[in-house]
Parts: sequence; structure tokens; C-alpha cells
Amino acid sequence: MQAHTEEHHIVPKRVYALVFVTLIILTWVTAWVSTVDLGRMNIYVALSIAVFKATLVVLFFMHVKYGSRLTKLIVCSGILWLMLLLFITMSDIWTRGWIGVPGR
Amino acid sequence: MITATAPVIEEKNYLNAEHGLKSWLLTQDHKRIALLYLMAVSVFFIVGGFFAVLIRLELATPAGDLLDSNTYNKVFTMHGVVMIFFFLIPSIPAILGNFLLPLMIGAKDLAFPRINLLSWYVYMLAGILGTTVLLTGGVDTGWTFYTPLSSTYSNGYVVLTAMAAFVAGFSSILTGLNFIVTVHRMRAPGLTWFRLPLFVWAHYATSVVMILGTPVIAVTLFLLMLERGLHIGFFDPAYGGDPVLFQHLFWFYSHPAVYIMILPSMGVISEVVSTFCTKKPFGYTFIAFSSVAIAVFGFLVWGHHLFVSSQSAYAGMVFSILTYIVAIPSAIKVFNWSATMYKGQVRLETPMLYALGFIGLFTIGGLTGLFLAAMGLNVHVTDTYFVVAHFHYVMVGGGVMGYLAGLHHWWPKMFGRMYSRTWSMVAAGLVFIGFNLTFFPQFLLGYMGMPRRYHVYPPEFQVLNVLSSAGASILALGFLIPGIYLTWSLKYGAKAPANPWGGVTLEWQTSSPPPTSNFDVTPVITNEVYDYTNQEVPHIG
Ligand SMILES: [Cu+2]
Repeated sequence: MQAHTEEHHIVPKRVYALVFVTLIILTWVTAWVSTVDLGRMNIYVALSIAVFKATLVVLFFMHVKYGSRLTKLIVCSGILWLMLLLFITMSDIWTRGWIGVPGR
Repeated sequence: MITATAPVIEEKNYLNAEHGLKSWLLTQDHKRIALLYLMAVSVFFIVGGFFAVLIRLELATPAGDLLDSNTYNKVFTMHGVVMIFFFLIPSIPAILGNFLLPLMIGAKDLAFPRINLLSWYVYMLAGILGTTVLLTGGVDTGWTFYTPLSSTYSNGYVVLTAMAAFVAGFSSILTGLNFIVTVHRMRAPGLTWFRLPLFVWAHYATSVVMILGTPVIAVTLFLLMLERGLHIGFFDPAYGGDPVLFQHLFWFYSHPAVYIMILPSMGVISEVVSTFCTKKPFGYTFIAFSSVAIAVFGFLVWGHHLFVSSQSAYAGMVFSILTYIVAIPSAIKVFNWSATMYKGQVRLETPMLYALGFIGLFTIGGLTGLFLAAMGLNVHVTDTYFVVAHFHYVMVGGGVMGYLAGLHHWWPKMFGRMYSRTWSMVAAGLVFIGFNLTFFPQFLLGYMGMPRRYHVYPPEFQVLNVLSSAGASILALGFLIPGIYLTWSLKYGAKAPANPWGGVTLEWQTSSPPPTSNFDVTPVITNEVYDYTNQEVPHIG
């Protein structure tokens, strides 16, 4: 094993403040957009904002942006697993009507 | 033998290095934390066993004469919850893994000793929540917490029980995290990945499942609590939810959780078989990678629990095929253990007896799993005793047998004492006979159509049920005897040498019990793993 000391990246306070303000604004946007009826787009808009906010938290507050490649790999595999859960679960819901149920 | 006349100076080890309750409750030594886990997990095993006794007593007669149906529902639920979340999941990783992982890789401790201690306290907190449920009236949903029973209709303490499982999950996330970082960062010089003992590979794979799967069950139980407590709709169609969604989310964790219970056992068996055949395991890399393959593919098969729900037939077919595929890595292991024994000098010591038991019983458990993976046959046996027999063959025949094999294999290392060879062999025999007598009749009962989770049944099922209950009492005796002779050995057992079985992994190179820092000098590894060329076979007994 290599003796490898991890350098600690020091993030300026300004960056944290900026991220924090962005998160607050986006929370407000989420609340506001829920009062506007966009039809089918309601869910997509709300989820997009939420995903964007989560990304900010992971990258800056959780320091993944400054982390090692192994850290990034672990985070990506976590996301991949979440996708697996969502995609395979949805594959059930999408294909439920394909074969008729006798008597119904 | 010459009796020493000079006063014996006790060697310093992790057990006598410090004294007093505080030295245990605030310890950061992975070996002491393992013993804390051993005590707590053993208590829960007794509690879960008590519920099993009630179930088997009730089922000795066709009428519901011992327990009424509500109590019976609670009894089998608590049996499942306690055995799965509080015994099977932590048993091998948190006790044997905790104790052995640093020793096997030549490290002084796990990467995060404080987090390790924290995981025990988190586990105990979960235990207190679970015990509160037990004492205040229980819960009747089954350990699977299916909606809408759990979210709407059940009268039991669903939220508190879900909370207990939720908290216990965090304990296993912490353990998994600790193991992964430890294996990556703490290996002794020269210990490359392909020189790691197979026990370490198995625990690495288990840890991956723990950190990728456990958050999902935590979230699922959290959603259930929200729906039950605050009527936020996730699973109830009246609020726009989908009850089958709960089953998807639940089994996304709970199928891989079976591998959390069985993979560490497989790691134990690899070590035991190699040691008692004095042979390098046949196909080392295949066994190592099959652990990883099980961990990954185990995540893609959960829908086989949903064949009779409203899951789409197309999804069912995919899940069915994937379930067949996940049997391959398990089969690789069984074949490789058998090949290791082939033409080897098999020494039938107690750990090896359990290992042989594991191989036979796990094979039956695994193969009946394939019956259940077939969509057509599954409809016939869903929710019958066939399923109960199948998963007990996997979890008890596999998980518990592996745990007992490991406990007997490393007991001399953990406590520096030998246990009674005769009694341990008698107990191993009783466990094997008792287990088969308990659960084999259940395959027949299930195939004949006896549903699980009912406390009354038609009289024609009585003979097989009586056989099963009789087997359970033999099994109970088989578990009781080790409790006695192992405890006895702590004080009266013969002193164990550093390497009683002739093992070649690193933990056998330090004294029994090991010093607090594990090794007096950090080992440097120069030869390949499982190199028995210079290892003498010890004479035992
Ligand atoms: Cu499964």
C-alpha cells in the first residue's frame, strides 16, 4: 500500500454561502411552482429542481467535488444502484397491462 | 509432562489488558467490540428461539389450543423480526468479522474503531426499541411488514417495530463501511488483493450489499411510518399509492439481505474446509469472485417474491431468469469446496462437521430456491410451508451452521481455551439431525398445501407437524449444549495453543488470545495465500 497523505482542499466560505443561498432560492421556487398548474410537467419540474439541489449538496457540502477518484466511484455506484431500483421497479409498472388478466 | 513449579506469569492479551465495566463499554478494540456483539446477539438468539418453541408447540396439534390467532400472529412475527434483524444479519459479520478481519489482514484494528463501537450502541438502541415492542404487546404483520396490513389495518406497534429495524440497519451500514475502508487501506505490506483469505473476500462482498441495500430498507420503513402515522400516500391506492410498490422496495433490500446472512457463512466454510483438508481451496479466484458476483446479481432478482402479486408477467419472467443465474456463483462455491476435499486428508473436527453440514443443507436450500424461481410452480407453493422450509434450509442450514462452524473454529483464538471435543461433536450431530427432522417434513407439508402463518390446520397434516416439532426439540438441545460447554471452557477449558488446527492465515500466527495490538510486529507477507508447504498438521485429542 502506498503511503499517501490526502491533501485537504479548503473551500472558501463564499462558496458555501453561495450554495446555501441557491438552495434556499430553489426551495422557494419549488413552493411557488407548485401553485402553477403545468399539467403533465408538474412532476418533471419538481423532480428536476430536487435533483439539482441534491447534486449541489453532494458536490459541495459533502465535498465530493474535491474528493478522490475512489470517492467519486463510490458515489456513482450508489446512484447507479438507485437507478437500478427505480428502473426495474418501473419496468413492472410499465408492462402491467401487456397481458390481460382472465375475467377482468 | 513436567508440571511447572515457577509461578505462571499470565501473558498480556486483549482480555486481561484492562479490567472493569468501563474498559468494555468504552473500548475501541475490535476484539472486545466483537465480544460485546457476541453477548447481545446471543441474547437475541435465545429470545428468537423462545418464539420458535411457542410456534412448534402450537403446531403439535391441529387445533389452536395453546395460542389464539392474534397471539400466534405476533409470535411468528417476533420470531422473524428478532432472528433476522437482530441475530442473522449481525451474527457473523459483527462478531467473527469484527474479530477476524483486522487479524486476517495483519492490521492493528479496523479503520474506524470509534465508529465500530458506535455501531454496537446503535444496535443496542435498536434492540431496546425491539424489546419495548415485545414487552408492550408485540406486532402482527409478519417480518415483511406488507402493506396495506401494516400501514392501515394492523393493531400492533408497527411504527415502533419498523423503527427498530430502521435503527438496526444503520448499525449494519456502519459495520459495512468500516470493513470496506479497512480492506482497502489497512492491509499489511505484501498482502495483495489475491492474497486475502476468502473470509475477507466474503466480508468485503457482504459489506457492499450492506451499504448499497440497507439505506433502501431504511427509506422504505420510513415511508411506511409516514403513511401509517401521517397518512401521506405511498402505498395506499386511496391516497394515490401502490401496495405492490412496498413489496418492490422491501425486497430490493430483503433479498440481498439473504446474502448478508449467507455470504459471511460461505467465507467461514472456505476457511474451515481449507484448514481441515490442509489444502489450498480449489479455484481460489473463482470463490473470491463468486462472492462479488453474488453480491451484485443478488440485487437483480427481488421480483421472485412478487410472482403472485399484481407484478407484470413480463417483469416476472425477467426476474425468474435472473434468479436462475444467481444460483451459478453459489453452485461454484459448493463445487469448489467439494473439489478441495477431493483427495484431501479431511480431518473431522467439530468445525469441519458443521462445514460439511453447511454444504449439504445449503445445497438443498439453494436447489429448492430454484423450484420457487419457476413462475408456474411458485404459484402452487407460494405462502406454503414449502417456502418456510426453503428459507430455513438457507438461513439455518446455511447461516447458522456457518456461524457455529466459525464460532467453533475461532473460539480457541478468541478466548485462548479449548472446548470439549466430544460434547461439541455430539452437539454438531444433534443440530444436523434435529434440523433435518424439523424442516424436511415442512417441504412435504408445503407441497401438500399447508399454508404458512396459520395456527390451525386439517388433521391429516398432524403426523408431519409432530415430526417437525420433535425435530425442533432435538435442535433446541443441539443449541443448548454448545451454550453450556463453550461457557464452561472459558474457565475450565485447556489452554489453546496459538494455532490449534494448523491454519495458515495470519490470525493463527499471533498468540491465543491475541494481544491488544494484534501482532507484536507488523507481519510482512511474502508467500501466497493458503501455502501449506511448511505447515505441520497438529495432532488433536
Ligand atoms: Cu429472494
